[in-house]
Amino acid sequence: MAVNVISSGLSTTVQDLGRPGYYHLGIPVSGGMDRFALRAANMLVGNDEAAAVLEAVFLGPELEFTAAATVAVTGGDLPPRLNGDGRGTWEAFPVKAGDRLSFGYLRSGARVYIAVSGGIDVPVKLGSRSTYTLGALGGHEGRALKAGDSLPLGAGAGAAGKGAIPAGLRRMPGSPAELRMLPGLYWHRITAAAGKQFFADTWKVAPEADRIGYRFKGGTVLDFVPREPPFGAGSNPSNIVDACYPYGSIQVPGGTEPIVLHRDAVSGGGYMMLGCVISADMDLIGQLQPHSPARFVEVSMDQALAARADRQAALARLRAHLGR
Amino acid sequence: MSIRFSFGGDEHIFAEVSEEMSLEAFFTSLSMTNAVKAAGIKGVTEICPANASFQIKFDPDRIKAGDLLKELQSMEGAASESDGTLQTRIMEVPVLYQDPWTHETLMRFRERHQNPNATDLEYAAEVNGLGGVEDFIKAHSSQPWFVSMVGFVAGLPFLYQMVERKRQLQVPKYLRPRTDTPKLTIGHGGCFSCIYSVRGAGGYQMFGVTPMPIYDPTQKVSYLQDEMCLFRPGDIVKWKPVTRDEYDAAIEAVDANRYEPVIRPSTFSLSAFNRDMAGTNAKLMEALNGR
Repeated sequence: MAVNVISSGLSTTVQDLGRPGYYHLGIPVSGGMDRFALRAANMLVGNDEAAAVLEAVFLGPELEFTAAATVAVTGGDLPPRLNGDGRGTWEAFPVKAGDRLSFGYLRSGARVYIAVSGGIDVPVKLGSRSTYTLGALGGHEGRALKAGDSLPLGAGAGAAGKGAIPAGLRRMPGSPAELRMLPGLYWHRITAAAGKQFFADTWKVAPEADRIGYRFKGGTVLDFVPREPPFGAGSNPSNIVDACYPYGSIQVPGGTEPIVLHRDAVSGGGYMMLGCVISADMDLIGQLQPHSPARFVEVSMDQALAARADRQAALARLRAHLGR
Repeated sequence: MSIRFSFGGDEHIFAEVSEEMSLEAFFTSLSMTNAVKAAGIKGVTEICPANASFQIKFDPDRIKAGDLLKELQSMEGAASESDGTLQTRIMEVPVLYQDPWTHETLMRFRERHQNPNATDLEYAAEVNGLGGVEDFIKAHSSQPWFVSMVGFVAGLPFLYQMVERKRQLQVPKYLRPRTDTPKLTIGHGGCFSCIYSVRGAGGYQMFGVTPMPIYDPTQKVSYLQDEMCLFRPGDIVKWKPVTRDEYDAAIEAVDANRYEPVIRPSTFSLSAFNRDMAGTNAKLMEALNGR
């Protein structure tokens, strides 16, 4: 039982909920960028929520199934087609041996999650099936899929679908996207006026936006508080002695374009960070297209934890809706 | 040294031991992260030491951020009093300085460099006031280096030279990062050297390449079958300049999977090192060379 890759799309990778525990070696957690959508896709096909799925960005792959299975596509609005006939996103549909799944053009969002009943059964590496392409680790041969690849499916393929998820239960970014962030880390390196302006500006996603990080442009260049460069940091005011980078941390090399690190984050480096996008809003970044507008919204730790609880409640509503 | 703690969103505590790099700051970071590991605090999911800072990732559904912060602060006193003794390893890393692959790459990105008319090594020698490339290579390879952080990408070691601050080699990073760096390049930026574990983007000056694999996601390399990444913070590295013939012979051994890196156990004491750097380094060399 397998999924054959007829064409790969732009960059389609195997992802699950990731590989925690190796960040101290520079190996990031990886896994689906939009974990809410990834979990939803698995729920729809009757999988464990943590099963491996395919993550496709901007342009869908074409896939062929060698046996009957249940499929669901969640996340962005990249319309699925089965043997050329339209199918909905956020709903389960059956496929037969020989059926082909392809995609139309992206209407909104950036990434889709393609779950197949049984899950994509590539080998587990360091506790996960997720692909970390920079380190050639996990997934299918440590890389994005290519035409001609064949992906095995796990046990349970052929389970019945679980219906659909109505729009009100989904979670996608608005426009402009509002990314809540907790200021901290090296926030004190910029002036109070620069900090105020950072939140006032509307930014645009730059073309350099991928699984490692999202770059934003179009805002005001930061003013730094003057200092003598500490030994080993480097001479630019945005430099620090190379340190760890949290997931979601917002670094601003040269004070110009903020970069939010995501699931395939580089684990450390020498740029100051303004704080972190809160855990509840990391999923939203994965659905932003280049050139789309975004704002950073200041929150407190209590607000961050409330947002985290809200996201968990939204997942609980999905489970209840699908009778899980 | 008082540690500055800051929350990194709702899932991280970031701790800056010192704004500037020093072995003292590194040892405090290592003592703290070792203490956190030993304490087995519930809800702690990642413990990451760095050069002069460290980071703890936690699950706020299992431990409150404030409670974890209090626990970390309670460990600070003991960590700053640690005598800086470390059971570690010293290893030899062969380097082909001025190799053809980094040369080809640095020529391709010359417009991103401070001095488009010099190689990275010529520039590094110049900004450090050394006579020329040969003198720079001697300064780079004659005294050992401390692995003060592992990261950026999988298994990449940051290395800090074990000499007085005034003898530290400092070289700025490229003006704009390159989009390409050969795998296993020996790089240098600020006061840190590194070994690029994978091919990819990079901003450090490029001095040479090592034939010795340091990261193997396929776990086929004989000495990387248990752990994909060779380096740990606290390892000590001695660069060994090699000729092209020696490099080629090492590559042949790597390809046949019979390459054996020179790695010896050793004890390092920060207080002994600070009393007598030359003597400490000489003892490390004896441990490495088996005398």
